[in-house]
Order: sequence, then structure tokens, then C-alpha cells
Amino acid sequence: MDVLTENFSLYAKGFLGTLELTVYASLLALALGFVMASFRVAPIGSLRVVGAVWVNVLRNTPLTLLFFAVLLGLPRFGLVLPFQLFAVLALGCYTSAFICEVLRSGINTVPKGQGEAARSLGMSFTQTLGAVVLPQAFRSVIPPIGSTLIALAKNSAIAGAFSVTELLGTYKPLNEMGYSIIWTFVWIAVGYLIITLSISALFNVLEKRWGVAR
Amino acid sequence: MTAHALHGDTQSTALYDIPGPLARRRHFLYGIVSTVLVLALLGWLVYLLFDTDQFTAAKWRPFEYEGIQDLLLTGLGNTLKAFAYASVFSLALGAVLATGRLSVHRPVRWLATLFVEFFRAMPVLVMIFFIFVALKVQPLPALVAGLTLYNGSVLAEVFRTGVNAVEKGQREAAYALGMRKTQVMVHVLAPQAVRAMLPAIISQLVVALKDTSLGFLITYEEFLHAGKLIASNLDYDLPFIPVVLVISPVYIGMCMLLSWLATWVARRQRRNPKTEAVDVVPADPGTLLPGAPLR
Repeated sequence: MDVLTENFSLYAKGFLGTLELTVYASLLALALGFVMASFRVAPIGSLRVVGAVWVNVLRNTPLTLLFFAVLLGLPRFGLVLPFQLFAVLALGCYTSAFICEVLRSGINTVPKGQGEAARSLGMSFTQTLGAVVLPQAFRSVIPPIGSTLIALAKNSAIAGAFSVTELLGTYKPLNEMGYSIIWTFVWIAVGYLIITLSISALFNVLEKRWGVAR
Repeated sequence: MTAHALHGDTQSTALYDIPGPLARRRHFLYGIVSTVLVLALLGWLVYLLFDTDQFTAAKWRPFEYEGIQDLLLTGLGNTLKAFAYASVFSLALGAVLATGRLSVHRPVRWLATLFVEFFRAMPVLVMIFFIFVALKVQPLPALVAGLTLYNGSVLAEVFRTGVNAVEKGQREAAYALGMRKTQVMVHVLAPQAVRAMLPAIISQLVVALKDTSLGFLITYEEFLHAGKLIASNLDYDLPFIPVVLVISPVYIGMCMLLSWLATWVARRQRRNPKTEAVDVVPADPGTLLPGAPLR
């Protein structure tokens, strides 16, 4: 217990770091995932290929390798940014591949007849998309997006090992100060549980509010 | 699913009508423009690589040395070793935990559920670090133990949903024939469930393979670690980008091969009458529990 109360500011900093990383990377992943998903269902061949390559390469890349390449590799091209930003970039791109697949399968769950009906009523493409297809797809993608974002929150631990301020990284200074290492880790675990459980609660609410009635 | 998507399933979405001649011409035009843009982007990247002198002989020479090649191969061997241990142990742990979760004894069920839920909710890296730092275990056992706890718990869920997805009649028929509950599980439910869950199991093994790279962070001498050693060598002019260009195709290739195996098995399953009694459950259950598969 002492470990937490005596080093609360350190823990709080780590916790906020993880939270920040999760939020920013989620936003990036959602935006990029949306773009890639629209590429993957586009009627234009080359865009579909770009989307498919993006998804298949990133899904099969170990995240550690991606961090390694982004955090240590991009500076070689003269692109020097704070490590935090690099971490958001790596996490966001990695997760965007999963988000893309979720969104694409969400769009595919909308029956073809819905689009056909909308078009036969004279709706334009934007209207079909905005008023018919996306609202229905949105309902079915809430749970899988939630679990993808939870995975993202857990993956953010890797950033800590690349010296980004983050919850897991707090074990190092505490260990050097001679605190009980077991309790240090217990509180780190609690921190992660708080984050993952809140995301899961948030998406439970969303699912209750908008999810598909089953 | 992937191959299917590659060949374009615009026909199967609700988004677009089947294009007429005008739309086809327009799409063709867009196609050309976007191809040019993509190629320009790729060209710019290659130019950037050349511009920052990534293809100088000094940076690529190390890969000619036998010692360096040995270092990389040993690293790759260590990665595969960790993967082999982790997958065998996590399959075993998964089977044990799934048995626990399906047990008729309530305390066993609760214990197994608690175990599975906790380890699915924890980041793997936290477990690996805990075992490595707090319990002072060697890197390889720490990595394998962490991966086993996590993937074992996820696999337990996969097995459980697989067994539960076997059609109810199969279980009832087996009981009606006078089989005991163990016999029902071993001879009737498990074989059908495993066959149907094979794609999901292989997908989880891809996760395990990807996560072996976490060993890099606890100084386990695996593939990435070997790459880091070469990349930080001043004698070779810090060949960081060349190392990444050599290592990533190998890593990504291995994972893709395994993912492709999963898709191939899944496609075969769909035509296989032996899996008819099981609704093939998608690889990611999409639960809202804190521990959905780490992908």
C-alpha cells in the first residue's frame, strides 16, 4: 500500500501517460481505419489494393518491430518528433488495420437490399451512405471496436519500454528506490484494469444505447 | 476472407450499384489517378531512402559476413524456439482452463473463470515484466511463461465457445447412448469443436508468434535483438534502416504464412461435412469483456 501512497504523483503521471497515449492513438486509429475501410470497399481497384496491403502488412507486423522501426528509424530520415508522438503514430497505425477490418465487416453486414432500396428511392450516394448504410453498420460495429480499443490500451504498455512516460514504465524508478517490486506491479495492474474496464463500460453503454436489438 | 476482399467485393456491399458504362469510365479515370498518386508516394519513399544514403555499400556489407548471418539466424532460431514452447504450453493451459470453465463443479468453474478473465485483461508485457523483474526468471522462461498465461487464457475461451457451439443434439445423443460426461467430451464434443475452431486457434498462434518479439524488451536474444546489435554497430555506419529492411519481411512473412494457413483451413472447413454440427464461430468473438484478443 505504501508504494502507491508515497509515490502517488509518479503513478498518476504514468496513468495519465497511458491514458493520453490510448486516447490519441484511438482517435488516429479510428480516423485512419475509416479511411482504409473506405478504400477497401471502393469501386476503384488501386485503392482496394492499397487498403488490402495496409491491413495485411500491419496485422502481421509485431508491434515491437513497428515501435522499433518508427521510434528509432524515422529520426534517420530527419523526422525528429517527441517520442510520445512517435508512439501514438505506431500504435494508431497498427490498430487502424484492425479497426479497418471491423468497419469493413460492419458495412458488409448491411444487406444489399438496403442500398438498392435507398437508390431506387432516388437517394444520392452521400444520402445512401449517411442515412441508410452507415447508421446500420455503426450499430453492429460497437462491440468489436470496443474490444479493439481495449487491445490498444493494453498494447500501449510496449511504449513504456521505449522510454515513453507510461504506466508500466513506473516500475523502473520504484524498483531503484527499493520498494517492494510485487506491490509495485500490483498497482500497475490495477491501473491497467481501471483503463480497460472503463473502456469496456463505455462501450457497454454505447451498445445498450445504439446496439442491434438481438 | 482476405483473398476474397482482394478481388473486390463491391458487388456484395450495399454501397454501390453495378456500374454502368459512364461510371466504369469514371472509375477507370480515378483508378489511374490514384495509381499515379500511390506510385509517386512509393517513389518518394525510395528517393528518401537513397537521399539519406541508406543504400551505401558500407551499410549493407555486414550482411555478407558469416558472423552476422549466424547472429541473425541464431536470433531467428531463438524466436522460433520461444514460439514453439509458448504455443505448446498455451494450448495445454488452454485445454486445462477450458475444462475448468466447462466443469460441473461450481468452485472449479469460478476459479477458472477468474483466472481466464484476469489474464486476458492484463497486458502481456506487464506479465512478462513481472515474471522477469519481480520473480527474477531468465528471459526465455519469463517470455514463454508470460505468453503462455495470456494466450492460454484466450485459447481457453476459444475452446469453450467451440465446445458450446457444437449442436445440442450431439451431446444429448451421446448421453442417451449411456456415455459418461468425460466420454461425451472426449469422443463427441472435443473432436468436432477442435476441427471447427482450428482457424481461430491458428489465428491466436499468430498473436503468440508476433508477441515473441516482446522478448526483445527483456533482453531475450531473439531476432529483433540480433538486429539491434547490428544496427547499433558504428563499424558498419549504423545500418539501422537496412536492418529493418531485412528483418521486417522475415517477421511479416512468417506471420502472414501462418495467417494464410488459418484462412486456408477456414475455407476448407466451410466445405467439410465433418464440421457441420458446429457453427463455425468467427475468429474474434468480439466480446466486450476486458480481455478481447490482443491483435
